[in-house]
Amino acid sequence: MNTAVTGRVWVFGDSVNTDAMYPAFAMKLDIPEASKHVFYEIRPGWTDLVEPGDIVIAGKNFGVGSSRPVAALFRHLGVAALIAEDFNSLFFRNAINAGLPALTAPGVTGVFRDGDVGSFDISTGAYRNETAGTTGHAQSLPPLILEILASGGVLARLAERGYLPAELLDVLRAGAIPQAGGSGA
Amino acid sequence: MGMTMIENLLARKAGVKQVRPGDIVTVEVDMCVMIDLQFATLWIEPSRIHDPDKVAVIMDHAVPAPTLKDAAGGPKARKFVADFGIQKFFDVGRHGICHQVIAENGLARPGEVLACTDSHTCAGGAYNTAARGLGPAELYSILCTGSTWFQVAPTVRYELTGQLPPEISGKDVFLYLADSYGDATNQNLEFSGPGLASVPLNDRRTIATQAAEISADFATFGVDELLAEFLAERGVQDYQPAAADPDAEYLDVRTIDLGALQPYVARPGTVSHNGVPVSDIEQRKIDQAFIGSCANGQLDDLRIAAQILRGKTVASGVRLLVTPASQQVYRDAMRLGYLQDIADAGGVVTNSTCGACFGYHMGVVGPGEVCLTSSTRNFTGRMGSTEAEIYMASPATVAASAVAGYITDPRSVTT
Repeated sequence: MNTAVTGRVWVFGDSVNTDAMYPAFAMKLDIPEASKHVFYEIRPGWTDLVEPGDIVIAGKNFGVGSSRPVAALFRHLGVAALIAEDFNSLFFRNAINAGLPALTAPGVTGVFRDGDVGSFDISTGAYRNETAGTTGHAQSLPPLILEILASGGVLARLAERGYLPAELLDVLRAGAIPQAGGSGA
Repeated sequence: MGMTMIENLLARKAGVKQVRPGDIVTVEVDMCVMIDLQFATLWIEPSRIHDPDKVAVIMDHAVPAPTLKDAAGGPKARKFVADFGIQKFFDVGRHGICHQVIAENGLARPGEVLACTDSHTCAGGAYNTAARGLGPAELYSILCTGSTWFQVAPTVRYELTGQLPPEISGKDVFLYLADSYGDATNQNLEFSGPGLASVPLNDRRTIATQAAEISADFATFGVDELLAEFLAERGVQDYQPAAADPDAEYLDVRTIDLGALQPYVARPGTVSHNGVPVSDIEQRKIDQAFIGSCANGQLDDLRIAAQILRGKTVASGVRLLVTPASQQVYRDAMRLGYLQDIADAGGVVTNSTCGACFGYHMGVVGPGEVCLTSSTRNFTGRMGSTEAEIYMASPATVAASAVAGYITDPRSVTT
């Protein structure tokens, strides 16, 4: 597994909550439509600017709130990783389980500004601001979490193990949620 | 060195002698609770599941279905429970907000692990259960494999002293803690002390539920006489309570004198460092008053609201919405006359659902409006428009304010 993630960063503040990323009205929509409303109030228009491979950096208590699958929206937008001073643990788990790398990096919002290019090694935690030339260290991820990420998330892992149809493996690894018709199979 | 309540619980469930903050443990999950949203948004029927007896399916967030998407989820849930022989199915009619249904049916047992997709699953901590919200993908995994992992967080202990005055509720206790101490990100909370006996079970559940708002992991209460009685009434037996060791190590120990507390209100946005005693708030006119949710749609909450509303009238220009936490609460409140009192005063009683609390249906608020809610979250945009303001307070404060038309100290209202 390639553990290096490099991309343009977007920097957000403290206590960005799940309602700010996945508002209730968007829960009535399918994932591609819902993903157009991420940060709809705190940074309107952001989803038109974000590009595949970009990285979201946030302050403390990132993702306080609901269990709603925000990470699925980020993956749909192509966001490559989430970095925060610290995470709400439910939100952190949701990211990992969706196959989206998440790193806890105290002090990180002081190291990056919007538009900088950042490189993060999710295995060692080492990171570098390629634009400013500064470096830092995030908490490294334990092997159990790296294994889930290597599978492409927990649903892909279930497909690998025969709990879900094997033919869905690729689509689950890609972070897409199959919109199955009829019986829900 | 000893372990905290949650450390002891997780160590026993993981089959290890000791756990410390930072450790990662793998535990069997005793109860896996799935909700309607899972079937509407993320559902592929699995080929096999771990144990149908350890699964419950509860329809709560979007019932009766307000959208086609939700309506399409219902049949998937019904097919799933039929295919796998799941007995604990709470379909529309015997439904309720999952944390209330969990409590009523004794699904949260002391010393055990409960997982559910809703973020307020920490509610089960009131029953000495290691309960917490996990995402839909993870619930899926638990459904199939029967286990999951936790990283042990450090614990903060709240030592409760004094007696909770009758006019002060668990909501006031929580809002005071959130205002005084702020967020508890990556921390567990433990509640104990000589004052605990004066805190009724419904108030304990409000407090445990709202630990989610300050970003805590687990929030647990010990088993005392009051809880043992509550559990016995619901047929819960043969459990192994989890308790803290006398020499447990805490991140912090905070003493709260319950007798000194006042009714509290949180200002819009967050509960963290954002509260004020109701007696100190400026006169704030309200448009909508809401009593409901997993935190405060319990029978006791409706009783308190009905007592205040009996013989009174909701102020002109105010909409009072009351959502019982479950169909059982609805039926009990109807039999006891609470719903009559609420409706006679001009309140609207809705069916049981998560509804207005998460701004999905049954009472969303519009731009420029002010809502005073006893539900779970006051985030910007939570209950509808981002240009609405959401204040949070106890059911007593919400009921008294609905009558006055502005945020009011319930102690100023004679019943």
